[in-house]
Amino acid sequence: MPVMNIKDFSFTYPGVDHPSLKNINMKIRKNKITALIGPSGCGKSTLLRSMNRIHDLYPGNKYDGIIELLKADTQKMENILDIKKENEFIQLRQRVGMIFQKPTPFPMSIFDNVAYGLKIAGIKDKSELEGRVEKALKDGALWKEVQDRLNKSAMGLSGGQQQRLCIARAVAVKPEVILFDEPTSALDPISTGAIEELLVELKKDVSIAIVTHNMQQASRISDYTAFMYLGDLIEFDKTENIFLNPKEKQTEDYITGRFG
Amino acid sequence: MEKIFRNLSLSSASLVFIILIGIFITLFLASKDAINEFGIGFITNPNWNKEISIEIDAKSSNETIKNSKVNEIEDFNLESDLFSDEDDIMIDDEDDIIIDEDDMLFNEDIKTTFTDYGALVPIVGTILTTLIALIFALPIAMGIAVFLSEIAPKNIAYPIGIAIELLAAIPSIIFGMWGLYYFAPIIADLVGGYQVSLLTAGLVLGVMILPFMAAITRDSMNTTPDVLKESAYAMGATKFEVIKDIIFPYSKVGIIGSIILALGRALGETMAVAFLIGSIFALPTAINSPTISIPVAMANNFGEASGLGESSLFYLALILFVISFTIISIAKLYFLKKAS
Ligand SMILES: Nc1ncnc2c1ncn2[C@@H]1O[C@H](COP(=O)(O)OP(=O)(O)OP(=O)(O)O)[C@@H](O)[C@H]1O
Ligand SMILES: [Mg+2]
Repeated sequence: MPVMNIKDFSFTYPGVDHPSLKNINMKIRKNKITALIGPSGCGKSTLLRSMNRIHDLYPGNKYDGIIELLKADTQKMENILDIKKENEFIQLRQRVGMIFQKPTPFPMSIFDNVAYGLKIAGIKDKSELEGRVEKALKDGALWKEVQDRLNKSAMGLSGGQQQRLCIARAVAVKPEVILFDEPTSALDPISTGAIEELLVELKKDVSIAIVTHNMQQASRISDYTAFMYLGDLIEFDKTENIFLNPKEKQTEDYITGRFG
Repeated sequence: MEKIFRNLSLSSASLVFIILIGIFITLFLASKDAINEFGIGFITNPNWNKEISIEIDAKSSNETIKNSKVNEIEDFNLESDLFSDEDDIMIDDEDDIIIDEDDMLFNEDIKTTFTDYGALVPIVGTILTTLIALIFALPIAMGIAVFLSEIAPKNIAYPIGIAIELLAAIPSIIFGMWGLYYFAPIIADLVGGYQVSLLTAGLVLGVMILPFMAAITRDSMNTTPDVLKESAYAMGATKFEVIKDIIFPYSKVGIIGSIILALGRALGETMAVAFLIGSIFALPTAINSPTISIPVAMANNFGEASGLGESSLFYLALILFVISFTIISIAKLYFLKKAS
């Protein structure tokens, strides 16, 4: 079942005369990991950033088509490109979280980092906050390492720990989808492995879309893979189909490393 | 070659120290007479250039310690340019005192006088004007910085940014004149009391330090990485929450730095304050009463000062030097601590 459905989607940056994404059609399926792969500049980040409309922090972008998000209580799909009001944006971003390439701990304590999304969502009860922070840190596979220094600054963690902190922070607000933009490209192999495990664990609760340059990573953890090239979606299918018998010549060239 | 260069750069670096220590020693030596005379009590003494007559003969019972108000005559005269309507009062005062002095001169030949100097009034004036300036400028500067770095679109933020930098470049005497002729009457209408006062001086000083604080704060806010802000927005934060929880904490060091720089400037500002503070050696009784600050006291009195008076001015300078130096040192230590 899809939680997000992208239909005939095109996207143009302000001041650019041609669209950076053209007629994208794909789905993010529930409790699955969907990988976006493709050469640099093909529009992977642009697509990901459309899915929680973080683009809208900067004015002048042009969206065409439809991006639908499943509304959990009514089981109906709603077009997120219709959103105009600030409180609707806030709700959207609470439902569709995002993790960036570089870890982005906030300048506050570890506890406050994870509690941040909960606090701004209006949760004030201390014991509830503590419970949910602990749960999120356990979900983020970080609890054991930080439980006795929750009040220390998050800046003191290692890069891999910071990234898991960001994941815990995103998980804490119980989103339906989390978007990952190359979450391991700034990390060492061991931290990368920890985060890959974490993602596979997390998909029980959330649906995941991940941009990656690492073919092995895509084949190891994802259920579906989309291959993009120059703003077009070339092929979208189950991961084993993409990697074992791709239908398009361009896809095959890219995953076998024969790409120009 | 390398050696020459190293020695050259070393000597230019040590020159800074020599100048610094040299200034300190000069100030110290020049103020030595006043230090010996008044000691540390100088700081808490509200008198300035006040003649205190000392009774020598205990039997002359009707002769108590009399204070002549010589210095205040001088100051009121300076001021009377500013308050033409109060001239008659001043003249009355003067007459009184002249009679007073005559009495003393003709009736008492055993009396000696001693001129008292104390720094309390200018110290209080300096600290209060600086405080008023800071209280006024800080919130406005923060508002401007937030607007420029987070809210205004680029094509608006750019010209305003330039205007702020130009404001910072205006010489202080122009602020003083503007403040005296246009700002002071408005303040007097609003608050009542004198046109030249602690309040007017503090507010104009605030306007002067505002551009510094706004520009430095904006620059440090601009160093907040976009991706950090984006990740807060991606948690569902509002713009206000991002400013409060991400941008302010992230640029805290820069903001504190800007406050300290502005403090340094406000403490030492002479020209603008000289126009606006009233230049009276009297403790302010209200926020709108005239008083004097350390730099203004020095600028106004060096011309005719001699002897103990001159030495006292150097003592004042030493105090200002120590205050400013302390503030800058705290700033430096703070930055070093932050950086490590
Ligand atoms: N803010 C922007 N304004 C204009 N064009 C942009 C902007 N950001 C990206 N682009 C352009 O959009 C296209 C897609 O960029 P995008 O960042 O989505 O690529 P990507 O697939 O994520 O690449 P990478 O793997 O290097 O991250 C590129 O041609 C890029 O130059
Ligand atoms: Mg990218």
